[in-house]
Amino acid sequence: MTELAKKGLSVKVKISLTLDASGYSELVLDKLLKAKASVGDTISVIHEDIEYTGILMPRSQVGSDSFHIAIKLENGYNVGISVDENTIIHRIKTGTKKKLVHDDIKREDKKLPSVAILSTGGTIASKVDYQTGAVNPALTAKDLYDTVPELQNHANVQADVIMSVLSENIGPSNWTKIARSVASRIKSGVDGVVIAHGTDTLGFTSAALSFALQNLPVPVVLVGSQRSSDRPSSDAAMNLLGATTLATKADAAEVMILMHAQTSDSFLYAHRGTRVRKLHTSRRDAFQSVNDYPLFRVNNFEVEELHHPLLRRDKSRKLKLKPKFEEKVALLKTYPGIEGGMINYLVESGFRGIVIEGSGLGHAPDALQSAIKSAIDAGLVVVMTSQCIFGRINMNVYRSGVELLDIGVISCEDMMPETALTKLMWVLGNYTDSEKAKEQLLNPIAGEINMRSEVSEYHSDIGGV
Amino acid sequence: MSKITGADRYKELGLMVGLELHQQLNTSRKLYCHCTPSIHDDEPDGKLIRRLRPTQSEMGYVDPAALFEFQKNKRFCYEYYDDTTCLVEIDEEPPHNLCEEAVDICLTMANFLHSKSVDEIHPMRKIVIDGSNTTGFQRTAIVAMGGDILVDNKEIGIQTICLEEDAARKIADDEKNNMRIYRLDRLGIPLIEVATSPDIRTPKEAQEVALAIGLLLRSTGKVRRGLGTIRQDVNISIKDGAIIEIKGLQQLDMLSTLVEFEAQRQETLLNISKELKKRGITSEKIRSAPIDVTDLFSKSESKVIINAIKSGGKVYAIRLPGFASLVGMELQPERRLGTEFSDYAKFWGNVGGIFHTDELPRYGITEHDVSQLRKLVKAQENDAVVIVAARKENCIDALEAVIKRAKMAVEGVPAETRTPLPEGTSKYARPRPGSSRMYPETDVRPVKIPKSRLKKIKKNMPESIEVKEKRFIKDLNLSADLAYQISRSINLDIFERVLLETEVSPTLVAVTLENTVVSLHRDNVPTDNLQEDHFVELFSLVQENKLSSDAIPEVLKYLAKNPHTTAQEALKVTGMMMASTAEIEKTIRKIVEERKDFIQEQGERSIGGLMGVVMRELGGKVDGKTVKDLLTTEIKRILSS
Repeated sequence: MTELAKKGLSVKVKISLTLDASGYSELVLDKLLKAKASVGDTISVIHEDIEYTGILMPRSQVGSDSFHIAIKLENGYNVGISVDENTIIHRIKTGTKKKLVHDDIKREDKKLPSVAILSTGGTIASKVDYQTGAVNPALTAKDLYDTVPELQNHANVQADVIMSVLSENIGPSNWTKIARSVASRIKSGVDGVVIAHGTDTLGFTSAALSFALQNLPVPVVLVGSQRSSDRPSSDAAMNLLGATTLATKADAAEVMILMHAQTSDSFLYAHRGTRVRKLHTSRRDAFQSVNDYPLFRVNNFEVEELHHPLLRRDKSRKLKLKPKFEEKVALLKTYPGIEGGMINYLVESGFRGIVIEGSGLGHAPDALQSAIKSAIDAGLVVVMTSQCIFGRINMNVYRSGVELLDIGVISCEDMMPETALTKLMWVLGNYTDSEKAKEQLLNPIAGEINMRSEVSEYHSDIGGV
Repeated sequence: MSKITGADRYKELGLMVGLELHQQLNTSRKLYCHCTPSIHDDEPDGKLIRRLRPTQSEMGYVDPAALFEFQKNKRFCYEYYDDTTCLVEIDEEPPHNLCEEAVDICLTMANFLHSKSVDEIHPMRKIVIDGSNTTGFQRTAIVAMGGDILVDNKEIGIQTICLEEDAARKIADDEKNNMRIYRLDRLGIPLIEVATSPDIRTPKEAQEVALAIGLLLRSTGKVRRGLGTIRQDVNISIKDGAIIEIKGLQQLDMLSTLVEFEAQRQETLLNISKELKKRGITSEKIRSAPIDVTDLFSKSESKVIINAIKSGGKVYAIRLPGFASLVGMELQPERRLGTEFSDYAKFWGNVGGIFHTDELPRYGITEHDVSQLRKLVKAQENDAVVIVAARKENCIDALEAVIKRAKMAVEGVPAETRTPLPEGTSKYARPRPGSSRMYPETDVRPVKIPKSRLKKIKKNMPESIEVKEKRFIKDLNLSADLAYQISRSINLDIFERVLLETEVSPTLVAVTLENTVVSLHRDNVPTDNLQEDHFVELFSLVQENKLSSDAIPEVLKYLAKNPHTTAQEALKVTGMMMASTAEIEKTIRKIVEERKDFIQEQGERSIGGLMGVVMRELGGKVDGKTVKDLLTTEIKRILSS
């Protein structure tokens, strides 16, 4: 048989899934507790003279409920049964769970490059438990490696779970932790680092790491998946294999995001960490370069360079780690009718910086001007970006921009709002002197600002025409 | 073969059959998205290419056939339409909520079948990675369980009523690029699946049960009609045999033949197993490694073999101990054990087919070749030899699959999923998948079925086809034949609407829809163009006495050819307006005057003869009854004068 099938050698172990996080409450929970039934147990439910037998399912994944019980019938289907005062529940059998025992991962192949895969949680790391039917978001990087056995033919993998946080919950302190982990793996001499990360805030993390990890000797590749890895159509395996290929083969040393280039499983694009945005809620090719080009194209274990990286791979180069971020920085999108009180609140709450996502070339309603002025007077760094997503701001063209410049708002040129936010957090975290911080803000260190905007960087075909 | 026939024969065989009927539902949207269900023949707007990776479940189970295809780097091409498919079908957007209309249709069916609905529907993902679903799974949910249907006074149990999404349509196999091409128009159309218990005992009964369930489905008035909208999976076993699932039968009239042939196949396989055991063969004894016999065939007259060798291929052989004369044994019409071997070789080795010694010498392979071959693989008289010509790896894969299948022949009937063939036979599709391939569709919230909803369904139950048929006979005075026909007709909706909106004779409407239209169609009139409104308007004109029933074919013909005109306009153009009474009287008087002698001679019997003459003269512009009345009056006048 094949390598995939060989990996599954199962033994039975007792599972003890408590009802705490099962999604049951009130009446149903009471009855289950009385029957001493746990998730995974075979139970009998007698409701309105009909008896149903099946395995008790958790229902946290599908929405909790206090009037229905979900069981898996013998034919594999789940159904919901009503529960009222007269419903009788019995436990028939304690659940057992077949647990996979993995073969030892094959010995290291000296000829293959080495890569560290760090897992942070998210869609690329989720797996289904067919016994209880639950899709578990927390999956070890080792599991990931087991489900994509081809990995071992291309690299020696060191897999680690450094955190298990859904992308939307990842914040500046997590960036610090990730940056430190990456640095320690690089110091141990790997040829590249891959970070598996949920896609929601993947762009923020990649920008943050671009600033925290300077003078990189090898590539650092962030990767995610838009379709969870429990489904056969998932983009997780292809993205992960591609990320490993990029991390070990690309002649580059910078932070990048690698994801599907098209909706087809054709090839992948590597985007510069400070120049990439999730532009679609659900498509595989959601990530696109903004105000820049993709750097590499990865096609089936082949890496093709499309544009020059910032640095070439050089393992003798010494990494500079600057992992601190100031958390008191806000990103504020202006909108018609916005009130200055929003900014006043930030000042009163002790914020040290504000990134304004203004309109057009970098404008804000006149109504905000006095609040912005008092913020700057209070010592906050206030910078301007555009909600247009593509293009450069220029605050000299209209009166509103000129006035904001006069107040002391800093123009961030063609920097993306998310990148400007992480950079402001980073400069304020690393430079106590605010003048020095402002100077560093506009000093391009990871390709985040470019004074030239090229014609082909803009995707005029967005919208399908 | 047993000489006992009919039900007794199947009782002796221990035949057990269960059916799973799938029918597309006629809803306004797809099951998990808001696209209009519609099948296209025009060029798609674009395509995309995907792979599906078998996911390793925590049970350690991987579908072997799927894994095999994945390892061969199989890719899938999906063709889409911008107007009728969306990101949900291409698996680029999470599914929307379940289509409530489809749930209601299932609940209606549950009521018909005395099935108990679940209190909460939980959509599941059933792993299917042959590419027919872009996600790699089919979404399916149990709506109701239990119940029964009475067929020929026998109670057949219902196991489940499920609501599923239909799969993508396979368009082609691109062998060169190892790609299968699917079209997404069909993916996501709601399907109801009614699964019976294995209570069916004869092929005829299988057919009757399928018809009865089909009829109930149609009674809902909410199922799609036409080719490909209904498909059946049939589970068939005999005593000591195995459960064979034959998937996707579309021709319902072939069902009894399909069951009959499968029972026959299993019976013969069991006989082969007995014979092998008698010859002292065990599965351990079947272990021949493929032997390279290319040299033997370097000057062969067989084109297949020479072509394979010329393109760099090899010829390999295996010896099957004790299989002589059994490989050539017929299991089903035109299908032998050798054909089953060949199916395995084709599937697992991707070869064109195999040769076996039970069919040789033939196909350009000479008697000399065969005896040399037997010598080379050290085959005894009782042994069979199988050869295959292809690229080396394919030869090995193919022959290993044949060995695998031959071992199963010792045991009896291997559990398989099979594909129906047009003649009622079937071929190997893949091993029967295990049952642990389902997990919850967590992207869709479960649907609660409160008692109030069930009450509403019960209150609004449609009339079943059989009740309708009886009502048509009793209340509408249709003949038994016509009532049977129209109650099961695709035109039933039109029939009922016309009767609701006009007061014309139900028999006339039924005859027009069931006979006139069919005969026009037979005369190559494009009757598919006829719309419901055409019929309603046509019969209103009949009711208003503006159109005679005899003129209906002529007007329909015009409407079919000019579907954008109205019946009123058609009437004008064809000149089929009803003649005025004065005009009719004038014509009758003229004809009667000319034939006075005839009338005197025949008396009142002359009415019959003269009717035809008058009708011919007036074409379809009159109705027969008016003519008959006027003619009778006129003849009586002549006779009495």
